[in-house]
Amino acid sequence: MSDVVGLSAFDAAHAIAAGSLSAEELFEVYRARAASDRAAGEDGLNCFTWVAGEPPDADAACAQAPLEGVPLAVKDLFCTEGVPSQSGSRILEGYLPPYTASVVRRLRTAGVRLLAKTNQDEFAMGSSNENSAFGAVRNPWDRQRVPGGSSGGSAAAVAGGLAPWALGTDTGGSIRQPAALCGIVGMKPTYGSVSRYGMIAFASSLDQAGPLTRDVRDAALLLRHMVGHDPCDATSLQFPHQIELPSAERLDGVRLGVPEELTGEGIEAGVLAAFDASLARAQELGAEILPVKLPHAPHALSAYYVIAPAEASSNLARFDGVRYGLRAKDAADLLDMYTRTRHDGFGAEVKRRIMLGTYALSSGYYDAYYGRAQRVRTKIAEDFRAAFEQVDLIVTPTAPTVAFKLGEKTADPLAMYLNDFCTVPMSLAGIPAISIPCGLSHGLPVGLQIAGPAFSESRVLDAAHALEQSIRFELAQAHV
Amino acid sequence: MSEPPRTPSQPPAGGSTGEDRFEAVIGLEIHVQLATATKMFCGCELSFGEPPNTRTCPVCLGLPGSLPVANARAVHFGLMIGMALGSELAPRSIFHRKNYFYPDLPKGYQISQYDEPLCRGGRLGDVRIHRVHLEEDAAKLIHVGASGRIHGSDASIVDFNRGGTPLAEIVTEPDLRSPEQASEWLKLLRSTLRQLGVSDVNMEEGSLRCDANISLRPTGSDELGVKTELKNMNSFRFIERGIRAEIARQHKILAAGGAVEQETLHFDPASGAITSLRSKEEAHDYRYFPEPDLVPVAIDARMIDAARADMTELPAERARRLERDYALSAESAQLLGFRGELGDYFEAVLAAARAFPPASSSASLSEGRGEPAPPAQTLANWVAGELASRLDDGQGPADSRVAPGALATLVGLVAAKRVSVGAARQVLDRLVADGGDPEAIVEAEGLAAIDGGEELAAIVAAALAANADAAKRVREGNAKAIGPIVGHVMRETKGRADGTEVARLVHEQLGV
Repeated sequence: MSDVVGLSAFDAAHAIAAGSLSAEELFEVYRARAASDRAAGEDGLNCFTWVAGEPPDADAACAQAPLEGVPLAVKDLFCTEGVPSQSGSRILEGYLPPYTASVVRRLRTAGVRLLAKTNQDEFAMGSSNENSAFGAVRNPWDRQRVPGGSSGGSAAAVAGGLAPWALGTDTGGSIRQPAALCGIVGMKPTYGSVSRYGMIAFASSLDQAGPLTRDVRDAALLLRHMVGHDPCDATSLQFPHQIELPSAERLDGVRLGVPEELTGEGIEAGVLAAFDASLARAQELGAEILPVKLPHAPHALSAYYVIAPAEASSNLARFDGVRYGLRAKDAADLLDMYTRTRHDGFGAEVKRRIMLGTYALSSGYYDAYYGRAQRVRTKIAEDFRAAFEQVDLIVTPTAPTVAFKLGEKTADPLAMYLNDFCTVPMSLAGIPAISIPCGLSHGLPVGLQIAGPAFSESRVLDAAHALEQSIRFELAQAHV
Repeated sequence: MSEPPRTPSQPPAGGSTGEDRFEAVIGLEIHVQLATATKMFCGCELSFGEPPNTRTCPVCLGLPGSLPVANARAVHFGLMIGMALGSELAPRSIFHRKNYFYPDLPKGYQISQYDEPLCRGGRLGDVRIHRVHLEEDAAKLIHVGASGRIHGSDASIVDFNRGGTPLAEIVTEPDLRSPEQASEWLKLLRSTLRQLGVSDVNMEEGSLRCDANISLRPTGSDELGVKTELKNMNSFRFIERGIRAEIARQHKILAAGGAVEQETLHFDPASGAITSLRSKEEAHDYRYFPEPDLVPVAIDARMIDAARADMTELPAERARRLERDYALSAESAQLLGFRGELGDYFEAVLAAARAFPPASSSASLSEGRGEPAPPAQTLANWVAGELASRLDDGQGPADSRVAPGALATLVGLVAAKRVSVGAARQVLDRLVADGGDPEAIVEAEGLAAIDGGEELAAIVAAALAANADAAKRVREGNAKAIGPIVGHVMRETKGRADGTEVARLVHEQLGV
């Protein structure tokens, strides 16, 4: 049993293809582990909002598919036909979509089987997974600590050995930060490379799906089968080439840029120490470490907390009680039905962001807030373009701290927002970035973020692989 | 450059206020449902009366996770409209979200265009165009209960079949001055859009909808008064009535020294009442922002060429051509140009008339005679006058039983004096009722003109004898007295005689 759980997704796929592992057995091992966590409730990690009752039938056409038989955990906000898709919200409790998200369909065609839906912050708004209507997720490294968010269920499930890999979404760091806090690999690809069709939206111009995996090769493998143009998503693009599985062991000639704006003030000492150690390792592997400037990066968080809530305020308007989801009972009239449905259905953080976003878009304030935030966003993208003329990749810590205690930051939204300080600039610029575990601080994982220009995923993955091979981070101790 | 044609009926400015102290200033906002195969942002087919909620998908239902993709055909139609109106086509335009809550709006926002529309400027007839943009239609709300409106209804149900239908919104400058002019101009626009083939333009079915912005100002002033927006006028008659009622309402306020309030009004065609939907203070803040789920609409040369290739001759152009090429009167040319179905039929009749051999094949009527085709103006009169007046409302001549060749033959018979005008009208009645060949009808009914020979002379002589008094007065120089004599001949001949020939014979036999 445990040796099956020890397999990476890549190895499991190979074992199934070679006939040395039965897909049904693999699925059942994970299904049982996931089901027992779900049954444990507060005593478990609370990773899942739904677990498959039995192995789904493999699509006949998929018998020779590249990922045949590998179970996949999917963040709650991906629509899955006939399976609850609630985006962590009371307002969508029990909602069964009539269709499946494009990226999930694509992965099914590639052979994966839907194992479970993972818990998340409500509508992907949060950095600790404490904003879920279905309870907080716990960090497998320390159950008193948060797994990060908003893809906290996906990260905890992978780190805890409850799923071989998982899908998440990243708007301002929602894949990378929980990956860092749980000691796994998480990647946000170039904006537009993965279809958003069927992802319950938070902020449309920022949302991207990506993999959460145990190692870099699995991330590359899953991402390879996620990318591609989708005629149902006008913002999706054809990925210019196949994503290669990384093999690099060295970083000879690779110029790594270290932006002073994201590697100094506000970063915990233990995190900085692990980051510096990683830079030293990179140098040993042949990389050149260079300082770069991202002058507008310190304003990224402010711009992000205007743009994302503005889009969210509009994206979440459809949850009005008219067609699906929660509807307040015995409303006096239409307005009463709207206000009570939304009052009862949304959590505090979601309401806070709807109000922020509504205000930012209001007549008379639009230019001062939304307009200015968009100009800052343009400046940040220009900063990255300029930096990538001097360096190949940019490295930063993924999150300023290691996993913090449950409840530690819930009373202070601004402190919570600072979690995304290092990840938001890449989101605003739409560029790919990966987080890999680079060491421990106080016994908890630290994440290293590596970012590259648009569509440089293969290069980013190669560099991440070389560092990973050198760091030899040990994840097994987190397994439940 | 030729002058743009004037719309057919244009009463003097301010004519409808009943006073000359104020003139009305009117601009229109027209929503046109585009006749694409599928909806604006999804692949659902457009609905034509299907059972409720059968033409829907996750996108047009606004289900969580769904995304819009702009319909290229709707953009194509939008460009054609822009070309027809002489608008500037934006090389890059963007969609915005217009945010407000309503049960017919499943996403909580309408995808529309805001400050970067597809087309800007232009002109149709004597009215300048402000802009043309694309957007999606709302779903249809059905309020169950006595009121028929959301207030006071027992329940409201939503049919999403219409939701997401592509709309082009055409906004005019405030160049109209009277309800009649607004209605006439809208007919020209409808005719233009129909000719383009971009919409069914049926007001009753809602594929053409019109709101009016109305203000009054002292006659001669250049400044604009406070305007109101009048909604829900779903026929040409209601547009005239609604605008007239609103002008009267504003006039009464201003004449009493009051001030008009900026507000959105609802016109109830049943009662003629105008009620306030919302005041300026209650106006929505739509929180427009660029739609992040869509990319900008970039218009390239290929799209422009494709739109141009699909352009047909437009009513105003056609009127100019008919007047120029066929020497039609301006009035006829405009009538045939603006009413495309009449224009098409006229050109078919004209082609048939010109294609005839010098004599038609019917031996009994045309043996040995070669006749020139009748003049185009005569054909136009028969199409736009005689035939059109015999058709039901809404029936085009092409839908009638009268084949263009048959009408051409009939008019040819009249021109050749082989059938009198009166008899030809009888033949046309028969054609409208049953169709068929005019020559056969003439033959069967014995409607051939009586030649100016001995037969007619004898009938004239008998008529003079029977109307001795009248004959006497004609002889004494009273030209009008000829009436009863000619009438007698026509009765005797069942209208087959040529009136001019009868008069000539009367004068001949009386020696005057």
